[in-house]
Amino acid sequence: MDVSYTASELLAVSASRLLADGKIVFAGVGTPLLAASLARLTHAPHLTIVVEGGAIGLEAEPGRLPISTNEMRAGRRAVMLPSITQIFLYAQRGYFDYGFLGGAQIDPYGNINTSVIGPAERPRVRLPGSGGACDIACHCREIVIVTRHERRRFVERLDFVTSPGQVGAGDGRRRAGLLFGRVTAVVTDLALMDFDPATGRMRVVALQPGADLAQVREQTGFELAAAAEPDRLPAPSEQELALVRALDPARTFLG
Amino acid sequence: MATVTFVEARRRLEAKARPMRDKRMAAADAASLVRDGDHVAIGGCLYSRTPMLLLREVLRHRRRDLVLSRNLMCYEGELFLVSGASRDLVTSWVGIGLPWGLSRIVREFVEGGRARLEEWSHLAIGLRYHAGAMGVPFLPTLSMLGSDLLRTTGARTMTCPFTGEQLCLVPALFPDVALIHVHRADPFGNAQIDGYPHMDLDIAAAAQTVVLSAEEIVDPEQIRRTADRTAIPFFAVDAVVEAPYGAYPHECYGLYEADLDHIDAYARRVAAEGAAAVRAYLDEYVYGPATLEAFLELFGAGRLLRQSRSARELTGRWT
Repeated sequence: MDVSYTASELLAVSASRLLADGKIVFAGVGTPLLAASLARLTHAPHLTIVVEGGAIGLEAEPGRLPISTNEMRAGRRAVMLPSITQIFLYAQRGYFDYGFLGGAQIDPYGNINTSVIGPAERPRVRLPGSGGACDIACHCREIVIVTRHERRRFVERLDFVTSPGQVGAGDGRRRAGLLFGRVTAVVTDLALMDFDPATGRMRVVALQPGADLAQVREQTGFELAAAAEPDRLPAPSEQELALVRALDPARTFLG
Repeated sequence: MATVTFVEARRRLEAKARPMRDKRMAAADAASLVRDGDHVAIGGCLYSRTPMLLLREVLRHRRRDLVLSRNLMCYEGELFLVSGASRDLVTSWVGIGLPWGLSRIVREFVEGGRARLEEWSHLAIGLRYHAGAMGVPFLPTLSMLGSDLLRTTGARTMTCPFTGEQLCLVPALFPDVALIHVHRADPFGNAQIDGYPHMDLDIAAAAQTVVLSAEEIVDPEQIRRTADRTAIPFFAVDAVVEAPYGAYPHECYGLYEADLDHIDAYARRVAAEGAAAVRAYLDEYVYGPATLEAFLELFGAGRLLRQSRSARELTGRWT
Protein backbone atom coordinates (compact mmCIF):
# COMPACT_ATOMS: atom_id res chain seq x y z
CA MET A 1 0.00 0.00 0.00
CA ASP A 2 1.41 3.37 -0.97
CA VAL A 3 0.38 6.23 1.31
CA SER A 4 1.91 9.63 0.59
CA TYR A 5 2.58 12.26 3.24
CA THR A 6 4.57 15.45 3.71
CA ALA A 7 7.68 15.95 5.84
CA SER A 8 5.72 17.88 8.46
CA GLU A 9 3.09 15.14 8.70
CA LEU A 10 5.85 12.57 9.09
CA LEU A 11 7.46 14.64 11.86
CA ALA A 12 4.22 14.95 13.81
CA VAL A 13 3.45 11.24 13.50
CA SER A 14 6.98 10.10 14.41
CA ALA A 15 7.11 12.43 17.41
CA SER A 16 3.68 11.32 18.62
CA ARG A 17 4.87 7.71 18.82
CA LEU A 18 7.56 8.64 21.36
CA LEU A 19 4.95 9.76 23.91
CA ALA A 20 3.77 7.09 26.36
CA ASP A 21 0.27 6.97 27.81
CA GLY A 22 -0.22 8.42 31.29
CA LYS A 23 2.71 10.83 31.03
CA ILE A 24 2.82 14.63 30.99
CA VAL A 25 4.22 16.49 27.99
CA PHE A 26 5.27 20.15 27.86
CA ALA A 27 4.48 21.10 24.26
CA GLY A 28 4.82 24.21 22.16
CA VAL A 29 2.48 25.15 19.32
CA GLY A 30 3.01 23.72 15.86
CA THR A 31 4.45 20.23 15.39
CA PRO A 32 4.79 19.50 19.15
CA LEU A 33 1.10 20.21 19.82
CA LEU A 34 0.07 18.26 16.72
CA ALA A 35 2.20 15.31 17.88
CA ALA A 36 0.90 15.40 21.44
CA SER A 37 -2.72 15.78 20.31
CA LEU A 38 -2.29 12.91 17.85
CA ALA A 39 -0.81 10.69 20.59
CA ARG A 40 -3.93 11.34 22.70
CA LEU A 41 -6.13 10.30 19.77
CA THR A 42 -4.19 7.09 19.15
CA HIS A 43 -2.08 5.17 21.68
CA ALA A 44 -1.94 7.64 24.60
CA PRO A 45 -5.46 8.80 25.53
CA HIS A 46 -4.30 9.61 29.08
CA LEU A 47 -1.39 11.81 28.02
CA THR A 48 -1.61 15.25 29.66
CA ILE A 49 -0.61 18.24 27.56
CA VAL A 50 0.82 21.33 29.25
CA VAL A 51 1.67 24.61 27.49
CA GLU A 52 3.74 27.53 28.68
CA GLY A 53 1.06 30.19 28.31
CA GLY A 54 -0.48 28.59 31.39
CA ALA A 55 -2.72 25.61 30.60
CA ILE A 56 -2.68 22.10 32.05
CA GLY A 57 -4.58 19.24 30.44
CA LEU A 58 -5.81 21.10 27.39
CA GLU A 59 -7.76 19.41 24.61
CA ALA A 60 -7.20 21.45 21.47
CA GLU A 61 -10.17 21.48 19.11
CA PRO A 62 -9.45 19.96 15.70
CA GLY A 63 -9.49 22.75 13.12
CA ARG A 64 -9.06 25.34 15.84
CA LEU A 65 -5.54 24.81 17.09
CA PRO A 66 -3.93 27.66 19.00
CA ILE A 67 -1.26 29.67 17.21
CA SER A 68 0.19 30.77 20.52
CA THR A 69 0.25 28.92 23.86
CA ASN A 70 -1.24 31.82 25.80
CA GLU A 71 -4.47 32.28 23.86
CA MET A 72 -7.82 30.85 24.92
CA ARG A 73 -7.76 28.17 22.22
CA ALA A 74 -4.77 26.68 24.09
CA GLY A 75 -6.78 26.50 27.29
CA ARG A 76 -9.73 24.61 25.85
CA ARG A 77 -11.01 22.07 28.38
CA ALA A 78 -7.92 22.58 30.56
CA VAL A 79 -8.04 21.49 34.19
CA MET A 80 -5.99 24.47 35.39
CA LEU A 81 -4.83 27.84 34.06
CA PRO A 82 -1.88 28.77 36.28
CA SER A 83 0.43 31.73 35.76
CA ILE A 84 3.27 31.35 33.28
CA THR A 85 5.83 31.46 36.08
CA GLN A 86 3.94 28.73 37.94
CA ILE A 87 3.87 26.45 34.89
CA PHE A 88 7.65 26.66 34.63
CA LEU A 89 8.06 26.14 38.37
CA TYR A 90 6.07 22.89 38.01
CA ALA A 91 8.61 21.97 35.33
CA GLN A 92 11.52 22.85 37.62
CA ARG A 93 9.93 20.81 40.40
CA GLY A 94 10.08 17.80 38.06
CA TYR A 95 6.46 17.10 37.14
CA PHE A 96 6.87 17.05 33.37
CA ASP A 97 8.02 13.84 31.66
CA TYR A 98 8.62 15.22 28.19
CA GLY A 99 9.66 18.54 26.75
CA PHE A 100 9.37 19.16 23.01
CA LEU A 101 11.74 21.58 21.28
CA GLY A 102 12.44 22.75 17.76
CA GLY A 103 15.31 24.99 16.77
CA ALA A 104 17.06 27.09 14.17
CA GLN A 105 20.48 25.54 14.89
CA ILE A 106 21.32 22.29 16.68
CA ASP A 107 24.79 21.01 17.57
CA PRO A 108 26.03 17.39 18.08
CA TYR A 109 25.27 17.62 21.82
CA GLY A 110 21.64 18.59 21.28
CA ASN A 111 22.18 22.21 22.28
CA ILE A 112 19.86 24.58 20.45
CA ASN A 113 20.16 28.15 19.19
CA THR A 114 17.03 30.25 18.68
CA SER A 115 18.63 33.58 19.66
CA VAL A 116 21.16 35.01 17.22
CA ILE A 117 23.24 34.19 14.17
CA GLY A 118 26.50 36.09 14.49
CA PRO A 119 27.74 37.91 17.61
CA ALA A 120 25.18 38.41 20.39
CA GLU A 121 25.93 42.14 20.74
CA ARG A 122 25.39 42.88 17.05
CA PRO A 123 23.76 39.84 15.45
CA ARG A 124 23.69 39.17 11.74
CA VAL A 125 20.25 37.62 12.22
CA ARG A 126 18.17 38.35 15.29
CA LEU A 127 16.04 35.24 15.88
CA PRO A 128 12.90 35.30 18.09
CA GLY A 129 14.67 34.15 21.27
CA SER A 130 14.22 31.50 23.90
CA GLY A 131 10.67 31.98 25.02
CA GLY A 132 10.26 28.95 27.25
CA ALA A 133 12.61 26.75 25.22
CA CYS A 134 15.61 27.25 27.52
CA ASP A 135 13.42 26.49 30.56
CA ILE A 136 11.93 23.37 28.97
CA ALA A 137 15.47 22.20 28.13
CA CYS A 138 16.66 22.83 31.70
CA HIS A 139 13.77 21.18 33.52
CA CYS A 140 11.89 18.48 31.63
CA ARG A 141 12.92 14.89 32.24
CA GLU A 142 13.13 13.70 28.63
CA ILE A 143 13.76 16.38 26.04
CA VAL A 144 12.77 15.56 22.47
CA ILE A 145 13.95 17.75 19.59
CA VAL A 146 11.69 17.75 16.54
CA THR A 147 12.88 19.45 13.38
CA ARG A 148 13.39 19.24 9.64
CA HIS A 149 16.72 17.64 8.78
CA GLU A 150 18.75 20.32 7.00
CA ARG A 151 22.50 20.82 6.83
CA ARG A 152 22.22 24.50 7.82
CA ARG A 153 20.41 23.47 11.02
CA PHE A 154 22.69 20.63 12.14
CA VAL A 155 25.99 22.42 12.78
CA GLU A 156 29.15 21.48 14.68
CA ARG A 157 29.24 24.76 16.63
CA LEU A 158 26.38 27.04 17.56
CA ASP A 159 26.66 30.81 17.40
CA PHE A 160 24.76 30.90 20.68
CA VAL A 161 23.44 28.25 23.08
CA THR A 162 19.88 29.26 23.91
CA SER A 163 18.63 25.91 25.20
CA PRO A 164 21.11 23.46 26.74
CA GLY A 165 21.05 19.83 25.62
CA GLN A 166 23.91 17.61 26.83
CA VAL A 167 25.90 20.90 26.93
CA GLY A 168 29.22 19.17 26.08
CA ALA A 169 31.08 15.88 26.06
CA GLY A 170 30.73 13.43 28.95
CA ASP A 171 28.83 14.86 31.89
CA GLY A 172 28.75 18.37 30.42
CA ARG A 173 25.14 18.88 31.43
CA ARG A 174 25.85 17.93 35.03
CA ARG A 175 28.95 20.14 35.14
CA ALA A 176 26.87 23.11 34.00
CA GLY A 177 24.73 22.57 37.10
CA LEU A 178 21.81 20.90 35.33
CA LEU A 179 21.13 18.00 37.67
CA PHE A 180 18.00 16.72 36.01
CA GLY A 181 16.69 15.76 32.59
CA ARG A 182 18.49 14.94 29.38
CA VAL A 183 17.94 15.09 25.65
CA THR A 184 16.73 11.64 24.73
CA ALA A 185 15.77 11.90 21.07
CA VAL A 186 16.03 13.98 17.93
CA VAL A 187 13.26 13.31 15.43
CA THR A 188 13.64 14.53 11.87
CA ASP A 189 12.04 13.78 8.53
CA LEU A 190 15.09 11.62 7.75
CA ALA A 191 15.95 9.83 10.99
CA LEU A 192 15.53 9.19 14.68
CA MET A 193 18.66 9.95 16.68
CA ASP A 194 19.81 9.67 20.27
CA PHE A 195 23.07 10.45 22.10
CA ASP A 196 26.06 8.17 22.69
CA PRO A 197 26.50 8.00 26.48
CA ALA A 198 30.30 7.76 26.07
CA THR A 199 30.83 10.80 23.83
CA GLY A 200 27.61 12.71 24.42
CA ARG A 201 27.26 13.12 20.66
CA MET A 202 24.24 12.56 18.46
CA ARG A 203 24.00 9.23 16.60
CA VAL A 204 21.50 7.64 14.24
CA VAL A 205 19.20 5.05 15.76
CA ALA A 206 16.75 4.51 12.91
CA LEU A 207 15.94 5.85 9.46
CA GLN A 208 12.66 7.23 8.22
CA PRO A 209 10.99 5.34 5.35
CA GLY A 210 12.81 6.03 2.12
CA ALA A 211 15.81 7.75 3.73
CA ASP A 212 19.31 6.31 3.64
CA LEU A 213 22.33 6.95 5.84
CA ALA A 214 24.29 8.78 3.14
CA GLN A 215 21.41 11.22 2.75
CA VAL A 216 21.21 11.79 6.51
CA ARG A 217 24.95 12.49 6.70
CA GLU A 218 24.77 14.80 3.70
CA GLN A 219 22.11 16.86 5.49
CA THR A 220 24.13 16.99 8.74
CA GLY A 221 26.94 19.50 9.25
CA PHE A 222 28.83 17.34 11.73
CA GLU A 223 30.12 13.80 11.99
CA LEU A 224 27.25 11.51 12.80
CA ALA A 225 27.81 8.00 14.16
CA ALA A 226 25.43 5.21 13.16
CA ALA A 227 25.04 1.47 13.44
CA ALA A 228 26.07 -0.45 10.33
CA GLU A 229 22.43 -1.36 9.75
CA PRO A 230 20.19 1.24 11.43
CA ASP A 231 16.61 0.26 12.18
CA ARG A 232 13.82 1.42 9.89
CA LEU A 233 10.92 3.47 11.31
CA PRO A 234 7.47 2.36 10.21
CA ALA A 235 5.68 4.72 7.84
CA PRO A 236 2.73 6.75 9.15
CA SER A 237 -0.48 4.75 9.04
CA GLU A 238 -3.54 5.92 7.14
CA GLN A 239 -5.30 6.42 10.47
CA GLU A 240 -2.48 8.59 11.88
CA LEU A 241 -2.41 10.71 8.75
CA ALA A 242 -6.16 11.15 8.71
CA LEU A 243 -6.15 12.24 12.35
CA VAL A 244 -3.26 14.67 12.06
CA ARG A 245 -4.81 16.24 8.93
CA ALA A 246 -8.12 16.61 10.73
CA LEU A 247 -6.35 18.44 13.55
CA ASP A 248 -4.99 21.06 11.13
CA PRO A 249 -7.27 21.10 8.06
CA ALA A 250 -6.20 24.64 7.11
CA ARG A 251 -2.59 23.39 7.26
CA THR A 252 -1.47 26.32 9.39
CA PHE A 253 1.24 24.14 10.88
CA LEU A 254 1.37 21.23 8.46
CA GLY A 255 2.37 23.63 5.68
CA MET B 1 20.48 51.79 32.32
CA ALA B 2 19.94 52.60 36.00
CA THR B 3 18.33 49.76 37.87
CA VAL B 4 16.24 50.17 40.98
CA THR B 5 17.50 48.15 43.96
CA PHE B 6 15.08 46.35 46.26
CA VAL B 7 15.89 48.87 48.98
CA GLU B 8 15.06 51.86 46.77
CA ALA B 9 11.93 50.12 45.48
CA ARG B 10 10.71 49.62 49.04
CA ARG B 11 11.48 53.24 50.00
CA ARG B 12 9.67 54.54 46.91
CA LEU B 13 6.66 52.44 47.73
CA GLU B 14 6.58 53.54 51.37
CA ALA B 15 6.70 57.19 50.32
CA LYS B 16 3.31 56.91 48.61
CA ALA B 17 -0.09 57.23 50.27
CA ARG B 18 -2.34 54.31 49.36
CA PRO B 19 -5.89 54.99 50.56
CA MET B 20 -8.90 53.15 49.14
CA ARG B 21 -10.00 56.05 46.95
CA ASP B 22 -11.69 56.38 43.58
CA LYS B 23 -8.94 56.01 40.99
CA ARG B 24 -11.04 56.13 37.82
CA MET B 25 -9.62 58.36 35.13
CA ALA B 26 -9.57 58.90 31.38
CA ALA B 27 -7.11 56.78 29.40
CA ALA B 28 -5.13 59.88 28.36
CA ASP B 29 -4.69 60.97 31.98
CA ALA B 30 -3.71 57.49 33.10
CA ALA B 31 -1.12 57.27 30.33
CA SER B 32 0.45 60.51 31.52
CA LEU B 33 1.65 58.57 34.58
CA VAL B 34 4.25 57.10 32.20
CA ARG B 35 7.27 59.44 32.00
CA ASP B 36 10.15 59.63 29.55
CA GLY B 37 12.81 57.06 30.41
CA ASP B 38 10.48 54.85 32.45
CA HIS B 39 10.68 51.09 32.53
CA VAL B 40 7.20 49.98 31.48
CA ALA B 41 6.11 46.40 32.13
CA ILE B 42 3.32 45.24 29.82
CA GLY B 43 0.70 42.83 31.11
CA GLY B 44 -0.86 39.84 29.39
CA CYS B 45 1.20 37.68 27.06
CA LEU B 46 1.85 38.04 23.33
CA TYR B 47 -1.60 38.75 21.81
CA SER B 48 -3.53 37.89 24.95
CA ARG B 49 -4.92 40.52 27.30
CA THR B 50 -2.44 43.12 26.07
CA PRO B 51 -3.36 46.57 27.44
CA MET B 52 -3.70 47.90 23.89
CA LEU B 53 -5.73 51.01 24.73
CA LEU B 54 -3.17 52.08 27.35
CA LEU B 55 -0.27 51.37 25.00
CA ARG B 56 -1.90 53.44 22.26
CA GLU B 57 -2.34 56.30 24.73
CA VAL B 58 1.32 56.13 25.78
CA LEU B 59 2.28 56.29 22.09
CA ARG B 60 -0.05 59.28 21.60
CA HIS B 61 1.82 61.06 24.43
CA ARG B 62 5.00 60.69 22.31
CA ARG B 63 7.10 59.45 25.19
CA ARG B 64 10.82 58.82 24.61
CA ASP B 65 13.49 56.44 25.92
CA LEU B 66 11.07 53.96 27.43
CA VAL B 67 12.33 50.52 28.38
CA LEU B 68 9.62 47.95 27.62
CA SER B 69 9.53 44.58 29.32
CA ARG B 70 7.20 41.71 28.64
CA ASN B 71 7.23 37.91 28.90
CA LEU B 72 6.62 37.49 25.14
CA MET B 73 6.65 40.67 23.04
CA CYS B 74 4.13 40.91 20.22
CA TYR B 75 4.01 43.65 17.55
CA GLU B 76 3.43 46.38 20.15
CA GLY B 77 7.23 46.31 20.43
CA GLU B 78 7.40 47.26 16.73
CA LEU B 79 5.06 50.21 17.27
CA PHE B 80 7.27 51.55 20.06
CA LEU B 81 10.50 51.07 18.09
CA VAL B 82 9.27 52.72 14.90
CA SER B 83 7.54 55.60 16.72
CA GLY B 84 10.80 56.35 18.51
CA ALA B 85 9.28 55.80 21.96
CA SER B 86 11.66 52.97 22.87
CA ARG B 87 14.97 51.48 21.86
CA ASP B 88 15.12 48.94 24.66
CA LEU B 89 13.13 45.72 24.80
CA VAL B 90 13.45 43.20 27.64
CA THR B 91 11.73 39.91 26.85
CA SER B 92 12.18 36.20 26.25
CA TRP B 93 10.76 36.10 22.72
CA VAL B 94 9.65 38.54 20.09
CA GLY B 95 7.29 37.98 17.18
CA ILE B 96 3.60 37.43 16.54
CA GLY B 97 3.53 33.67 16.14
CA LEU B 98 4.86 30.75 14.16
CA PRO B 99 2.98 31.42 10.89
CA TRP B 100 4.35 34.97 10.63
CA GLY B 101 8.06 34.20 11.07
CA LEU B 102 10.68 36.65 12.31
CA SER B 103 9.81 40.28 13.02
CA ARG B 104 11.28 42.33 10.18
CA ILE B 105 11.20 45.48 12.31
CA VAL B 106 12.97 43.97 15.32
CA ARG B 107 15.52 42.44 12.98
CA GLU B 108 16.21 45.79 11.25
CA PHE B 109 16.47 47.72 14.51
CA VAL B 110 18.58 45.20 16.43
CA GLU B 111 20.81 44.11 13.55
CA GLY B 112 21.29 47.76 12.61
CA GLY B 113 22.34 48.65 16.15
CA ARG B 114 19.38 51.01 16.60
CA ALA B 115 17.73 49.01 19.38
CA ARG B 116 18.73 46.63 22.13
CA LEU B 117 16.90 43.40 22.78
CA GLU B 118 17.72 41.96 26.19
CA GLU B 119 16.74 38.31 26.08
CA TRP B 120 16.06 36.20 29.19
CA SER B 121 14.43 32.80 29.40
CA HIS B 122 10.67 32.92 29.93
CA LEU B 123 10.93 31.66 33.52
CA ALA B 124 13.82 34.04 34.22
CA ILE B 125 11.60 37.01 33.26
CA GLY B 126 8.84 35.59 35.45
CA LEU B 127 11.18 35.13 38.41
CA ARG B 128 12.57 38.64 37.95
CA TYR B 129 9.04 40.08 38.30
CA HIS B 130 8.32 37.62 41.11
CA ALA B 131 11.43 38.67 43.05
CA GLY B 132 10.26 42.27 42.63
CA ALA B 133 6.81 41.32 43.86
CA MET B 134 8.42 39.59 46.86
CA GLY B 135 10.57 42.63 47.68
CA VAL B 136 13.82 40.64 47.55
CA PRO B 137 16.89 41.33 45.36
CA PHE B 138 17.03 38.05 43.42
CA LEU B 139 15.72 34.51 43.08
CA PRO B 140 17.57 31.27 42.39
CA THR B 141 16.70 28.87 39.59
CA LEU B 142 18.21 26.04 37.54
CA SER B 143 16.99 27.77 34.35
CA MET B 144 19.66 29.25 32.06
CA LEU B 145 22.47 27.07 33.47
CA GLY B 146 24.36 25.70 30.47
CA SER B 147 22.89 28.47 28.28
CA ASP B 148 24.73 31.45 26.82
CA LEU B 149 21.89 33.57 28.24
CA LEU B 150 23.83 33.27 31.48
CA ARG B 151 26.61 35.38 30.01
CA THR B 152 24.58 37.89 27.96
CA THR B 153 22.12 38.83 30.73
CA GLY B 154 22.69 40.24 34.19
CA ALA B 155 22.22 36.78 35.71
CA ARG B 156 24.86 35.40 38.07
CA THR B 157 25.70 31.97 39.41
CA MET B 158 26.41 30.92 42.96
CA THR B 159 27.12 27.77 44.89
CA CYS B 160 24.18 26.90 47.09
CA PRO B 161 25.24 27.40 50.73
CA PHE B 162 23.05 24.46 51.82
CA THR B 163 23.68 21.79 49.17
CA GLY B 164 26.81 22.89 47.32
CA GLU B 165 24.94 22.78 43.98
CA GLN B 166 25.30 25.45 41.32
CA LEU B 167 22.43 27.93 40.94
CA CYS B 168 21.53 30.69 38.52
CA LEU B 169 20.43 33.92 40.20
CA VAL B 170 18.17 36.38 38.42
CA PRO B 171 17.92 39.96 39.66
CA ALA B 172 14.59 41.41 40.79
CA LEU B 173 12.87 43.68 38.29
CA PHE B 174 11.04 46.72 39.65
CA PRO B 175 9.26 48.41 36.73
CA ASP B 176 8.46 52.09 37.07
CA VAL B 177 5.02 51.46 35.60
CA ALA B 178 2.94 48.36 34.92
CA LEU B 179 0.12 48.55 32.35
CA ILE B 180 -2.42 45.77 32.84
CA HIS B 181 -5.78 44.98 31.27
CA VAL B 182 -8.27 43.12 33.48
CA HIS B 183 -11.81 41.81 33.17
CA ARG B 184 -13.27 43.85 36.01
CA ALA B 185 -12.18 46.27 38.69
CA ASP B 186 -13.92 48.45 41.22
CA PRO B 187 -13.14 52.20 41.29
CA PHE B 188 -10.46 51.59 43.96
CA GLY B 189 -8.54 49.19 41.72
CA ASN B 190 -9.48 45.84 43.26
CA ALA B 191 -9.21 43.79 40.10
CA GLN B 192 -10.30 40.39 38.84
CA ILE B 193 -8.91 38.45 35.89
CA ASP B 194 -10.65 35.52 34.17
CA GLY B 195 -8.64 32.77 32.53
CA TYR B 196 -4.88 33.01 32.26
CA PRO B 197 -3.28 35.27 34.88
CA HIS B 198 -0.01 35.32 32.83
CA MET B 199 2.48 37.30 34.99
CA ASP B 200 0.15 40.15 35.90
CA LEU B 201 -0.12 39.60 39.65
CA ASP B 202 3.65 39.84 39.93
CA ILE B 203 4.16 42.85 37.68
CA ALA B 204 1.40 44.68 39.60
CA ALA B 205 3.15 44.03 42.92
CA ALA B 206 6.65 44.74 41.57
CA ALA B 207 5.91 48.06 39.82
CA GLN B 208 6.04 51.48 41.44
CA THR B 209 2.97 52.71 39.54
CA VAL B 210 0.17 50.48 38.25
CA VAL B 211 -2.36 51.52 35.61
CA LEU B 212 -5.30 49.21 34.99
CA SER B 213 -7.74 49.19 32.17
CA ALA B 214 -10.85 47.12 32.83
CA GLU B 215 -13.51 45.68 30.56
CA GLU B 216 -15.99 46.62 33.24
CA ILE B 217 -15.99 48.85 36.33
CA VAL B 218 -18.02 47.12 39.02
CA ASP B 219 -19.48 48.05 42.38
CA PRO B 220 -17.08 47.38 45.29
CA GLU B 221 -19.84 45.19 46.78
CA GLN B 222 -19.53 42.83 43.82
CA ILE B 223 -15.80 42.50 44.53
CA ARG B 224 -16.49 41.82 48.21
CA ARG B 225 -18.97 39.06 47.29
CA THR B 226 -16.35 37.42 45.05
CA ALA B 227 -13.14 38.30 46.91
CA ASP B 228 -11.64 34.87 46.14
CA ARG B 229 -11.50 35.96 42.50
CA THR B 230 -9.57 39.17 43.18
CA ALA B 231 -6.07 39.04 41.67
CA ILE B 232 -4.79 42.57 42.29
CA PRO B 233 -5.56 44.55 45.48
CA PHE B 234 -6.40 48.28 45.45
CA PHE B 235 -3.21 49.24 47.31
CA ALA B 236 -1.08 48.20 44.31
CA VAL B 237 -3.14 50.29 41.87
CA ASP B 238 -2.86 53.98 40.89
CA ALA B 239 -5.31 54.37 38.03
CA VAL B 240 -8.38 52.56 36.72
CA VAL B 241 -9.58 53.15 33.16
CA GLU B 242 -12.91 51.81 31.93
CA ALA B 243 -12.16 50.06 28.64
CA PRO B 244 -14.58 47.61 27.04
CA TYR B 245 -12.62 45.89 24.27
CA GLY B 246 -9.54 47.53 25.80
CA ALA B 247 -7.26 44.68 24.68
CA TYR B 248 -8.65 44.56 21.13
CA PRO B 249 -7.39 43.59 18.52
CA HIS B 250 -5.73 41.20 20.98
CA GLU B 251 -7.83 38.69 22.90
CA CYS B 252 -9.47 38.94 26.31
CA TYR B 253 -10.19 35.52 27.78
CA GLY B 254 -13.84 34.51 27.51
CA LEU B 255 -14.85 37.88 26.05
CA TYR B 256 -13.31 38.17 22.59
CA GLU B 257 -10.78 36.32 20.46
CA ALA B 258 -7.78 38.04 18.92
CA ASP B 259 -8.57 39.61 15.54
CA LEU B 260 -6.10 37.44 13.64
CA ASP B 261 -7.31 38.83 10.29
CA HIS B 262 -6.32 42.32 11.42
CA ILE B 263 -3.02 41.10 12.84
CA ASP B 264 -2.31 39.09 9.69
CA ALA B 265 -2.98 42.11 7.45
CA TYR B 266 -0.63 44.21 9.59
CA ALA B 267 2.07 41.52 9.51
CA ARG B 268 1.85 41.05 5.74
CA ARG B 269 2.11 44.76 5.12
CA VAL B 270 5.08 45.11 7.46
CA ALA B 271 6.79 42.12 5.85
CA ALA B 272 6.40 43.81 2.47
CA GLU B 273 6.99 47.46 3.31
CA GLY B 274 8.92 47.50 6.59
CA ALA B 275 8.90 50.55 8.87
CA ALA B 276 6.77 52.58 6.43
CA ALA B 277 3.91 50.14 7.03
CA VAL B 278 4.28 50.56 10.79
CA ARG B 279 4.20 54.34 10.41
CA ALA B 280 1.03 54.08 8.34
CA TYR B 281 -0.48 51.80 10.98
CA LEU B 282 0.43 54.26 13.73
CA ASP B 283 -1.31 57.06 11.82
CA GLU B 284 -4.42 55.03 11.11
CA TYR B 285 -4.90 53.13 14.36
CA VAL B 286 -2.92 54.98 17.06
CA TYR B 287 -2.60 58.71 16.36
CA GLY B 288 -5.81 58.93 14.32
CA PRO B 289 -8.63 57.72 16.56
CA ALA B 290 -8.82 60.02 19.58
CA THR B 291 -11.00 57.74 21.70
CA LEU B 292 -11.49 54.04 22.30
CA GLU B 293 -14.88 54.32 20.57
CA ALA B 294 -13.31 55.88 17.49
CA PHE B 295 -10.71 53.10 17.43
CA LEU B 296 -13.35 50.37 17.67
CA GLU B 297 -15.38 52.01 14.90
CA LEU B 298 -12.49 51.24 12.55
CA PHE B 299 -13.43 47.58 13.01
CA GLY B 300 -17.21 47.84 13.21
CA ALA B 301 -19.70 46.28 15.59
CA GLY B 302 -20.23 43.16 13.51
CA ARG B 303 -16.60 42.24 13.69
CA LEU B 304 -16.41 42.80 17.44
CA LEU B 305 -19.51 40.67 17.91
CA ARG B 306 -18.05 37.86 15.82
CA GLN B 307 -14.90 37.84 17.97
CA SER B 308 -17.00 37.79 21.13
CA ARG B 309 -19.16 34.95 19.91
CA SER B 310 -16.20 32.71 19.17
CA ALA B 311 -14.59 33.50 22.53
CA ARG B 312 -17.72 32.53 24.41
CA GLU B 313 -18.03 29.38 22.37
CA LEU B 314 -14.43 28.41 23.13
CA THR B 315 -14.63 28.97 26.86
CA GLY B 316 -18.21 27.78 27.30
CA ARG B 317 -19.30 31.17 28.61
CA TRP B 318 -22.65 32.00 27.14
CA THR B 319 -23.77 34.53 29.75
